[in-house]
Amino acid sequence: MTRILAVDDSPSMRQMVAFTLKSAGFDVAEAEDGAVALKMAQAEKFGLVLADVNMPNMDGLSLVRALRGLPDYKFTPLLMLTTESTPEKKMEGKAAGATGWLVKPFNPEQLVGTVQRVLG
Amino acid sequence: MNLDLERFHKTFFEESFENLDLAEAALLRLDVAVFDAETINTIFRAAHSIKGGAATFGFSAVAEFTHHAETLLDLMRSGKRQLAQPDIDLLLRAVDTLHGLLGAARDGSAANLAQVAEVQQALEAALSRPSVVPPAATIAAAPAASGWRIRFAPKPDLFRSGNDPLRIFRALAALGELRAEPVPQPLPGLSAADPETCYLAWTLELDGAATLAEVADCFAWVEDECDLAIEPRQPAVAEGMPPPTGVNVVALPVATVRAADTVPKTAEVASSIRVGTEKIDALINLVGELVITQAMLTQLAEALDPVQNEKLLNGLSQLDRNTRMLQEAVMATRMLPMEAVFSRFPRLVHDLASKLGKQVRLVTVGEQTELDKSVIEKISDPLNHLVRNSLDHGLENSESRVAAGKDAVGTITLKAAHQGGHIVIEVGDDGRGLDAARILAKAREKGVPCGETMSEAEIYQLIFAPGFSTAEQVTDVSGRGVGMDVVKRNIQALGGSVELASRPGRGATVTIRLPLTLAILDGMSVGVGEEIFILPLSSVIESLQPLPDQVKRVADAGTVVRVRNEYLPLVDLRDWFSLPGARRPPQESIVVIVEAEGRKVALQIDELVGQQQVVIKSLEANYRRVRGVSGATILGDGRVSLILDVAAVVRLFSQSIAA
Repeated sequence: MTRILAVDDSPSMRQMVAFTLKSAGFDVAEAEDGAVALKMAQAEKFGLVLADVNMPNMDGLSLVRALRGLPDYKFTPLLMLTTESTPEKKMEGKAAGATGWLVKPFNPEQLVGTVQRVLG
Repeated sequence: MNLDLERFHKTFFEESFENLDLAEAALLRLDVAVFDAETINTIFRAAHSIKGGAATFGFSAVAEFTHHAETLLDLMRSGKRQLAQPDIDLLLRAVDTLHGLLGAARDGSAANLAQVAEVQQALEAALSRPSVVPPAATIAAAPAASGWRIRFAPKPDLFRSGNDPLRIFRALAALGELRAEPVPQPLPGLSAADPETCYLAWTLELDGAATLAEVADCFAWVEDECDLAIEPRQPAVAEGMPPPTGVNVVALPVATVRAADTVPKTAEVASSIRVGTEKIDALINLVGELVITQAMLTQLAEALDPVQNEKLLNGLSQLDRNTRMLQEAVMATRMLPMEAVFSRFPRLVHDLASKLGKQVRLVTVGEQTELDKSVIEKISDPLNHLVRNSLDHGLENSESRVAAGKDAVGTITLKAAHQGGHIVIEVGDDGRGLDAARILAKAREKGVPCGETMSEAEIYQLIFAPGFSTAEQVTDVSGRGVGMDVVKRNIQALGGSVELASRPGRGATVTIRLPLTLAILDGMSVGVGEEIFILPLSSVIESLQPLPDQVKRVADAGTVVRVRNEYLPLVDLRDWFSLPGARRPPQESIVVIVEAEGRKVALQIDELVGQQQVVIKSLEANYRRVRGVSGATILGDGRVSLILDVAAVVRLFSQSIAA
């Protein structure tokens, strides 16, 4: 089964994402920043990574850039969880290699819908 | 799906308040002359995180308010706005307002809307640039059509961002009936085709009432990776409507990504989990019970033959070691660095200094010194008072300082350090110091008892007397002069002591000594008849067997003992606790001299039993408050032993002498 990695430095956000996806039947791992996430992603191949943008240690853009450089993550969907809905911010994510984004605030239905669509 | 997000509220509030503290500390650290990207980023992240969480968990007022602050911060961190003190002060006010808003959201109480509106207006005013309206909003307003024709030509690299046309088609198919027709174009031969490259392009026809926004949304993630045209299949017929818009999504210029350069060196991050204090308290209680059981076993084992029971005894001594280590480890989980208290002072000093028109620098030393959480919670008010006092009364204004040949900026120092089983906290300033003559005059005026031939140190002690205040005027900074005696009482209630040192013209320092924890006490066990009492070791000065001529009866003060030319009231614990057994004359007993609040009494007991660490059990929680007893503990043999409240005893008996 595909495992999802949820990366966010805010515990409430991360828990909400993980809980929502788990409730929808997905298998979810959590990481509190980019550095931790990168380590986890190197140890295990996740089928989808959801990453917050602003995080200490390693932000979401750097994480996506680093992941995209790994052979295992060449085609893996990497989604940014962002509150920025300006095109510049989205393009910044795309330029780093992100597949797409989810704009905060999102409700559980939107999150699950997007993830289901991506994991098809 | 209907998920109850309320379960995350507690975590959200905890993290948000932490984020606010972080933001406040960072704001106070900011120096307008230096562009400190990392600090600004920290503040931004805090605001950002609060906004995101608040919006997700439905606290829209918090989210909306935070948005303004965040916008301002974003301009600052991107260098589009020069750092300026008014902005920083405004952001500090925003932090306060958010504190209130979050608190109100958490408690379900009413927020101070006037304050919110005022600060929000100030933020809006400060934002010279109008906020960017997301273009999505304009798309959403476009009319619905009865179907769409979409030309979709992905760039060859589409797969490399993790995207997949199939996924997009599925999303479109969810909006209405979809027909996809590949656009004929030359393809490489099968053997030459690269599986990682996208060669195809499509014309898509979508039926149904999907809006342009919904359709465009399906392509949102790939709009920079394809040529895309979305056109209504039949021109919209409604009159007065704007002509149908063919949205030609053009890849936007990619903003220069600077984030890569700003990734900080990976700091050593201690991983942590949140645990409720009640769980830790329960753990400490259980370990306390374990210590008692263990002590009981050790006592029982003393009666055993050491040769026959060698293995058992070895095991017991190992159990003893492990129990102690376990106890220390559990105690350590309650320890917090002093930073938890110190971190609030930069703000306090900043605000007070500007209110008083003084220039002040705050220096903190030893923030990492650890202290039991329960002590930390109780120490913060007294410290607060001391710092306010130093700022208000201790430090002079810049002119007086310069006139006295000192640095125009005054310094307040907060220091914490471990010393044995204690923590020593110092609040110092380099101000004018205490004025002995003025204190003495004030004390006389206030009717505080004072002698004729007091040393300077004794005179300084007068400021701890109830109702004493040297402030010429009552200010709203250090309150109404109920201060220092309350400070001293609170510290003593924690088993600590307060000392004061002063050098005229050079400043004053208040030193607080506190036990590291309130859960364990270094005690001296003393026997009276069948009972064992515990005296806090910190209050014991000496013990002696008095000679008959040292003991005197005084007409209206009971019995006194003369120790080193001091007459101390003698308290017979047997009498005081109405214990059975014949009274012994003092010279056949042992007398322990204890001190609290600067006064001494002599306690008459039968024997000194030993010195040990005891786990404090609250008498109040398990029975009721008893005067002269601060708690109880359970001894190794299972008996309950009372811990003497030396301060209460001293107060009671020195009063009766004075009366």
